[in-house]
Amino acid sequence: MKKVISKSFLADADIEKIIGLQLRYGVVIASLIVLIGGVLYLVQQGQGAIPPYRTFLGESAGYTSLSQIVKGIGAGQAKGIVQMGVVVLIATPILRIAFSLVGFILEKDRLYIIITAIVLSVMLFSIFGGLKI
Amino acid sequence: MTILTFTLILLAGAYLAGLVGSLTGLGGGVVVIPLLTLVFHVDIRYAIGAALLASIANSSGAASAYVKEGITNIRLGMFLEIATTIGAVGGAVIAVYTPTNTIAILFGAILLFSAAMTIRKKNQEVSTEGSPLSYKLKLNSSYPTKDGEVSYKLKNVGAGFSIMALAGVLSGLLGIGSGALKVLAMDSTMHIPFKVSTTTSNFMIGVTAAASAVVYLQRGYMDAGIAFPVMLGVLGGAFTGSKLLTRMDPKVLKYIFCVAITFVAAEMIFNGYNHKF
Repeated sequence: MKKVISKSFLADADIEKIIGLQLRYGVVIASLIVLIGGVLYLVQQGQGAIPPYRTFLGESAGYTSLSQIVKGIGAGQAKGIVQMGVVVLIATPILRIAFSLVGFILEKDRLYIIITAIVLSVMLFSIFGGLKI
Repeated sequence: MTILTFTLILLAGAYLAGLVGSLTGLGGGVVVIPLLTLVFHVDIRYAIGAALLASIANSSGAASAYVKEGITNIRLGMFLEIATTIGAVGGAVIAVYTPTNTIAILFGAILLFSAAMTIRKKNQEVSTEGSPLSYKLKLNSSYPTKDGEVSYKLKNVGAGFSIMALAGVLSGLLGIGSGALKVLAMDSTMHIPFKVSTTTSNFMIGVTAAASAVVYLQRGYMDAGIAFPVMLGVLGGAFTGSKLLTRMDPKVLKYIFCVAITFVAAEMIFNGYNHKF
């Protein structure tokens, strides 16, 4: 069995650097949005009583789709902003897969282009597959 | 209690959860779920939603550092993510049909297992012989140590892949990173050096958690009022923990914490058994 060595170590290292930065910025941006929304939420409703978290409302609580979240932000609702931060956070690792895919395409690593594309399709299926049930 | 007081207490609790989770290597999400359900009496579904977010934030934040150092095996991570993401989506779908009490019992069991895993002997050995599949999939690699680059090779790739699928299902079902199972698959089954398996597992947790988080967001598991303090608190605690780790060895803390987590796990199982969720 012959030893397989990565053909372009340089390209590998570059992509790793980009992935590292992208992950960090994703988390920082998401946290900032959540912080802004959270502070606004406390200003708007901080003196109110805690919602009954003992009972699970599910979808009726709202903010379960991007259009509802955007609508909420348009209406100046703090919960919409927090939820937008949540969406950015969830998008961060998904975007990382896309970056990896670009990296493997640049390296012309066919096997890993396929593997990464499979993972990305699973994620896209999870987003658009209508698994709300 | 007003929303303001609730938020501040939860923020402090989540900070401690993140700190303890990072010092022990269990992850903040694992500590957040019992905190929310047992202490704040929040429905376990909201707790799962918040814990998933904490897992994504922690994983992505820490992964950025490890990836830069070149310890993470990105190819291995990508390959195993096929198993964990499919498992996670499956787990999130099963979750709807699973009674919350069953989820609580299962969570307690996994908690016990995770605690046991943190105190076991770690794999420092490096395999020099890999299985045929490890060559085909280009999974063998090297990582930097104090004594220079060390090469390692993988064994039992198929078995590791299967355990990863199970880790994915549990992650989707319970809302945790299931890092303990991931490390078990890589460390004990595939014979990967401990440092590589921990960082690669951490690298994958974000993607695995995101796969089920997408489903949970659409189902209303993510409540802004809970997600906000939990996400920021755990992230802050984990950051403090990572800084502390470079200066201290949390060995004693690990043992104390494992005893504590055993009691928490017992209470989750007990309450679940008595249908209190």
